[in-house]
Amino acid sequence: MIWLTWRQFRAAAAMMLAALAALAVVLALTGPGLAHDYATGIAACTTQLGGCSDFVRRFFNDHQGPFLAVTAVVLVLPALIGLFWGAPLITRELEAGTHRLVWNQSVTRTRWLAVKLALVGLAAMTAAGLGSLAVTWWSSPIDKAAHTFNFPKMSPLLFDTRGIVPIGYAAFAFALGVTVGMLVRRTLPAMAITLAVFVAVQLAMPLLVRPHLLPPTRSTIQITESNVEDFQFQLGADRLRVSAKAADTGAWVLSSHTVDASGHTVDTIPLSPSSGPCAPSGRPEQTLSACLAEIKRLGYRQQVTYQPSSRYWPFQWYETGIYAALTLGLAGFCFRRIRRRLS
Amino acid sequence: MTAVIQARGLGKRYGRRWALSDCTLAIPAGRVVGLVGPNGAGKTTLLHLTVGLLAPTSGSIEVLGGRPAGSPAQLAKVGFVAQDSPTYAGLSVADHLRLGARLNPGWDDALARDRIGRLGLDPARRAGKLSGGQRAQLALTVGIAKRPELLILDEPVAALDPLARREFLQGLMEAVAEHELSVVLSSHLVSDLERACDYLIVLVDSRVRVAGAVEELLASHHRLSGPRRDPARLPADQHVVAASHTDRQTTLIVRTDAPILDPAWTVSQLGLEDLVLAYMGKPTHTAHTGRNHRPTLEVQR
Amino acid sequence: MIEFHLDTRSGLSPYQQLVRQVRQALRLGLLREGDQLPTVKDVVAQLAINPNTVLKAYRELEHEGLVAARPGVGTFVTATLADASLAAHGLLRQELRRWLAKARRAGLDEESIEALFMTTFRTAAEEDIA
Repeated sequence: MIWLTWRQFRAAAAMMLAALAALAVVLALTGPGLAHDYATGIAACTTQLGGCSDFVRRFFNDHQGPFLAVTAVVLVLPALIGLFWGAPLITRELEAGTHRLVWNQSVTRTRWLAVKLALVGLAAMTAAGLGSLAVTWWSSPIDKAAHTFNFPKMSPLLFDTRGIVPIGYAAFAFALGVTVGMLVRRTLPAMAITLAVFVAVQLAMPLLVRPHLLPPTRSTIQITESNVEDFQFQLGADRLRVSAKAADTGAWVLSSHTVDASGHTVDTIPLSPSSGPCAPSGRPEQTLSACLAEIKRLGYRQQVTYQPSSRYWPFQWYETGIYAALTLGLAGFCFRRIRRRLS
Repeated sequence: MTAVIQARGLGKRYGRRWALSDCTLAIPAGRVVGLVGPNGAGKTTLLHLTVGLLAPTSGSIEVLGGRPAGSPAQLAKVGFVAQDSPTYAGLSVADHLRLGARLNPGWDDALARDRIGRLGLDPARRAGKLSGGQRAQLALTVGIAKRPELLILDEPVAALDPLARREFLQGLMEAVAEHELSVVLSSHLVSDLERACDYLIVLVDSRVRVAGAVEELLASHHRLSGPRRDPARLPADQHVVAASHTDRQTTLIVRTDAPILDPAWTVSQLGLEDLVLAYMGKPTHTAHTGRNHRPTLEVQR
Repeated sequence: MIEFHLDTRSGLSPYQQLVRQVRQALRLGLLREGDQLPTVKDVVAQLAINPNTVLKAYRELEHEGLVAARPGVGTFVTATLADASLAAHGLLRQELRRWLAKARRAGLDEESIEALFMTTFRTAAEEDIA
């Protein structure tokens, strides 16, 4: 049965291997250079005035293209596995009628399915793991700079495509493909439905589940020059909109709003740009600090609800665990269902 | 004598349609069984129930004393070649033999290779590139080389040209002679089965119309022709299978074990094809399905 | 070794045809004592008929005392139907050839020759019975 699984899987495995090898070569050639550039840049800018924010921003900007490309590869890989390894596993046999040949050999359907799920599933997880590993290693300098462009370490896009969760996603997508294939029995509809369901789950996870894996941290912070983000007067009305960043640059911000002294959420602060402490007087930095001081005196602060970046690895493990459970559930369903006669 | 296939009230339903109803059979071992019936009669359904590709909706079926596909040992005892001889288009002939060897503990590799060699199949050729007859022979080889006790073939020669058909049956009969297999072979043409089968099952409209040894059936069925007569007025031990009337003459096909003594009848023997045709025209007792009662094969000339 | 053939339109069942062909061969001297009949497997592989049919035919021949089965070896002829008349076959064949040549020279076509032979043959047979 192992021989047969391999023989039928050979071509697909070869393609995946070739693709991963190509990716590995490209990353291996460019990775060390990237890391070196970042390290020397950081070393140089820490001694300069103004800190490293300029360098970091520039570094990310320069490498944004490749960053998005490799992120896309890891994002798409589990879906491809589900579509091309999972969905056709059973439907190909049903459509060609070969299930009537192979299920009449001296091997039960349960064993047939078990070996196929185990071997191809393992290959799926290995492929996703290798891809994720390579990309995580290569992209780590860029990832460190990515928070400046709204890609903090814990944000959905980056979280989904680094570390070990892609392994869970690949296993789940594969099991999902096999299950849908068994229910739908035709390859193209099975592929379409697998894709739709997988995308739905992948969207639902960061929207509905991940924010609550651990209770998020809520902290109320002062708005200062170092953490102020938005600072905009509304045209016509004498109102100011501000916001501030949390100190943890890698955190996943779930919500952020200004609150007044009694803790109520406000949209804008009643301060005029033309008169009072926020009116321009002298240098811009002086105006800003005077205005911020006034905001502080009035009692306005920023309330930020976030998942801190220290929870990165716990979340990775929890989420992988959830997908592992889903995968096992789907596999169990498949085993029960395949014993029901499929002619 | 143990039956290779024992079915009791076997039925299979899809939605509201019964593909097979109330099927009771006891097929003895060591026979080549012909399963005849028109397309859609339920032959494939019955065969799939026998090999365990389907589970019954009602009744029971026992094959070689065990539940179909119930265990690897049971699977090893029954060989199956499905309609259109499915093979893996991407796998070579040799790969198919390797498949058989890896998945069947009882695989006889020498037999398989010898057969492939005698058939002139190139082991390196992919199954997708073989002709229909060659694929059928490959599928048959895989079915035979696992050394089953019972071989089930679903319309194995339907898509083959006459030469390929003859070669297939020659190979099959040789295997039966050599390994003492029991075979169940389905077809919608009687001519395919006449030479090879010594047991016949006629399946029409999801029901078994007649089942028995060919010799016995041919000996107990007769064609009676004579002056016009109402079939209901025949003696009780003569069962009318089909009747046909002109204004002056009646021709009946009857089944009886007793001799026919009425001198008004001209009695003649029936060929297998005519016997099967007679049963294909017989009306169904349709309390089950609620369809309209079809009249006996009546031809008014 | 004898080779069998089946006539699907003959009124005889396959096993009866096999028995007949063996008897015919014995009569014509094509099969002699000690000759082996084709194995069941060979007959079946050539004619694509049920092995039981062949077994039945061979059993009947054995019952008639014409052949004997030796387990593990095969079925062998033990008696012959060819009698002294076999010797006369050669001569009779020659005379028949001469008669046929004469009939053709007289202008008879094949159908007429056959009709003439069959009617004379039947009339003579009836006279024998009567």
